[in-house]
Amino acid sequence: MKGYIGIDLGSTTTKAVVMDETGSVLGRGITNSRSNYDTASQVAKQEAVVDARLALVRRELMDIASLSEDDVVDLVKGLESGFRLEQFIEQLGDLESTCKGNVDATRHKGHEEGLRDALTTLFGRLREDVVGLFAPGAKRKSDFFRDLAGTRYMHFGEEVASETGESFDTLINLYDKSIIEVENRPPAGDMSNKFNRALNRVLEQGNIKADSSQIATAVKAALEVPIDETYVVGTGYGRVRLPFPKEHIRSEILCHGLGAHLMFPKTRTVLDIGGQDTKGIQIDDKGIVVNFQMNDRCAAGTGRYLGYVADEMNMGLHELGPLAMKATKSVRINSTCTVFAGAELRDRLALGEKREDILAGLHRAIILRAMSIISRAGGITDEFTFTGGVAKNEAAVKELEQLVEENYGKVTINIDPDSIYTGALGAAEFARRAVEE
Amino acid sequence: MSDKAKSEVIKEPSMLKQKEMIASNYERLTSGKEKTVSTFVPGNLNELIMCFDMVNNLPEINAIQNGMRKQSGGMIMDAEKSGHSEDVCTYVKADIGMMGRGNIAPNGKPIPPPDLLLLSYTGCFTFMKWFELLRHEYKCPTVMLHVPYEGDGVITDNMRDYVVKQLKTEVIPAFEKISGVKFDIDRLREYLARSAKAEDDLVWCLEAGKNKPSPIDAYFGGVYYIGPVFSAFRGTQQAVDYYTMLRGEVEQRIKEKRGPITPDGDMNEQKYRLIVEGPPNWTHFREFWKLFYDEGAVVVASTYTKVGGSYDLGFRHDPDRPLESMAEYCLTCYTNRNLPARVDTLVDYVGEYEADGLLINSIKSCNSFSAGQLMMMREVERRTGKPAAFIETDLVDPRYFSHANVKNRLESYFQMIDQKRRSSSAAA
Ligand code: SF4
Repeated sequence: MKGYIGIDLGSTTTKAVVMDETGSVLGRGITNSRSNYDTASQVAKQEAVVDARLALVRRELMDIASLSEDDVVDLVKGLESGFRLEQFIEQLGDLESTCKGNVDATRHKGHEEGLRDALTTLFGRLREDVVGLFAPGAKRKSDFFRDLAGTRYMHFGEEVASETGESFDTLINLYDKSIIEVENRPPAGDMSNKFNRALNRVLEQGNIKADSSQIATAVKAALEVPIDETYVVGTGYGRVRLPFPKEHIRSEILCHGLGAHLMFPKTRTVLDIGGQDTKGIQIDDKGIVVNFQMNDRCAAGTGRYLGYVADEMNMGLHELGPLAMKATKSVRINSTCTVFAGAELRDRLALGEKREDILAGLHRAIILRAMSIISRAGGITDEFTFTGGVAKNEAAVKELEQLVEENYGKVTINIDPDSIYTGALGAAEFARRAVEE
Repeated sequence: MSDKAKSEVIKEPSMLKQKEMIASNYERLTSGKEKTVSTFVPGNLNELIMCFDMVNNLPEINAIQNGMRKQSGGMIMDAEKSGHSEDVCTYVKADIGMMGRGNIAPNGKPIPPPDLLLLSYTGCFTFMKWFELLRHEYKCPTVMLHVPYEGDGVITDNMRDYVVKQLKTEVIPAFEKISGVKFDIDRLREYLARSAKAEDDLVWCLEAGKNKPSPIDAYFGGVYYIGPVFSAFRGTQQAVDYYTMLRGEVEQRIKEKRGPITPDGDMNEQKYRLIVEGPPNWTHFREFWKLFYDEGAVVVASTYTKVGGSYDLGFRHDPDRPLESMAEYCLTCYTNRNLPARVDTLVDYVGEYEADGLLINSIKSCNSFSAGQLMMMREVERRTGKPAAFIETDLVDPRYFSHANVKNRLESYFQMIDQKRRSSSAAA
């Protein structure tokens, strides 16, 4: 089957979308962007292909008469977490050998043996622990290997250090050194093997009504469908660093426009507030960009501003929105300048304003700035789509809804739960059109 | 090719000649042997100045020179330290900073204080404040030539007569007094005849942008082409020679179907034909240009090359109507025209030069150019159906040039043009 792939290399995350020749999305993948753009895009792509495989598996399983829809959902979920687990174990193995390889580089002559033993114990515990992390229904704070492995490594590292008498700092040091190397290697190993092992895990749990050989055949069939990398298009801030020829690169403004069009065909105006910049985009009925405006050299009114505010307040970025929602009034903040924001913030706090009210004001300031960028691009026409990281922030959305209505009356405001993939989606569609049209 | 050879800027013979001309003017200015007058580029009175054996010093050109030589940043900071706000036109601040550092010309010698400030505020009210500051500093006589704004988009007889009257009653007597030279209208006529000759050739060269491929870049290359005719050379034989030479070069390129010469050599692949509105950025000039030619974008016409006079709309200096035509020249500068007139010009350019669209470079610190540009953009888009885009930079403040930001917008714009073409060819 032909696979059209779009990769959006953003400043913090890299996203990929795989699409088939009819334009339907087969899979989506995301990873954290790293210094090595090549790896980031390979990992994201691999993740999207895994997701696509799962979609194919679902299709095959649906054909098995004895399985209900719920069964299929459970099976696919089980298969997915099993696969993630397998992948995680593989990466742990890589991390373990990398750490051990780095032992010689530590300045602890004579401790090598002891450190290696400590690592063996540590990784043994990590491997046992990890099964629970991927058990059905388990909640994970992040899906990125670095985040998951990191916290657990700290935890067991402390234990192992106190038991073995090796230095905890050295163990952490080894991790820090090695994780970067591991992260910059795309996960190796054959995908089918991991799926098969995952399947065995699911089947071993044994609470499936259908014949397990029938299920195995279906999964096998889904895994055997070749997904060709027919055409890849890259976009996002890191696009120039992607190892693609120039005609495979599209600006993120165009990709966001087209992606938003695919999600909501009636959209005429798109607002994208990303980490680095804010864009107001006008598109026509085919998703073609007719006009756009973006913030100038400064980060005023971009996602970066919220990050700055979060740092100032000693909070996590994702906590800002919920706290702002608790506001009973909105404090007027005039500056969307990242440099002034801190000063204004402290000033308001000193005046005795409540944190939630100040935060509400800060969200309003960002959206006001976005409104001015949109109006420069020609204003809002029905329907309007909000994309980018800030679209996930309910306080920002609330301010936006209010200001849009005040300025442009009633217009439909769309926010897709998968909006983080908008750019990659547009890129995949550009890839598809390059071949199919 | 060695790295050294690669980093060398490729120049045409006319560019080298122009460089010599500019250098020679700085030599005259810094020699201390001749009387000097400081004045502005748009609508300047160069031919008249020459009638009094004076040399002209153009603070805007000094600022551009300092911008291109990466000197303006420090000068602007100096001016800010002395109390000029960040929002002030950066030409002004670069000039004030340059003054603070002893007014050193590119030849390393100081430019002596002017004997006269000739304030002709064509199109920009910043000029008044600028010369107020200079007058305060130099304590030299100042003569003002008030040029009415073309508010209705046309030059009336009254406007012209008003300027002529000032020339007769204020400007010429002031020059006679300072220079000690009696005004001779025949000498002026002679200069004006040469101006007209040079202007003919300049217009011919600029209109060569109508060819495909375009043999010139009417923005980045264009700023070199307008150098002599907008500065201290209009009316001289040197300018006439320069434009003959330039025309020869352009003719040759048309014959050979070659594109313009960029700092990296010939530009032959022309994927996008653009009309550009607004001044260029000078601090990153080469880098800025590269963003265009690397993508195969050639500018076929620009408005910036009309700031000192819109010759292509028909104006010529006229030896038979010397003072009247000088007055008309002042009135016809691009920034002295109202917004509808500017929109009309742009719409006409898109059509006549068969351009793919309009690009606006909006200058942060130049209100005179930038006010109304978004409206102009929409209007041109609406009337031509061609895509337009907006980028933001500054004249000579290096802090206001974001390569990533400009590149992002330009790339998106070029791809927008591609899309538009594809969809219109699909529709056809
Ligand atoms: S026209 Fe613009 S650049 Fe020129 S003096 Fe006025 S404000 Fe400055």
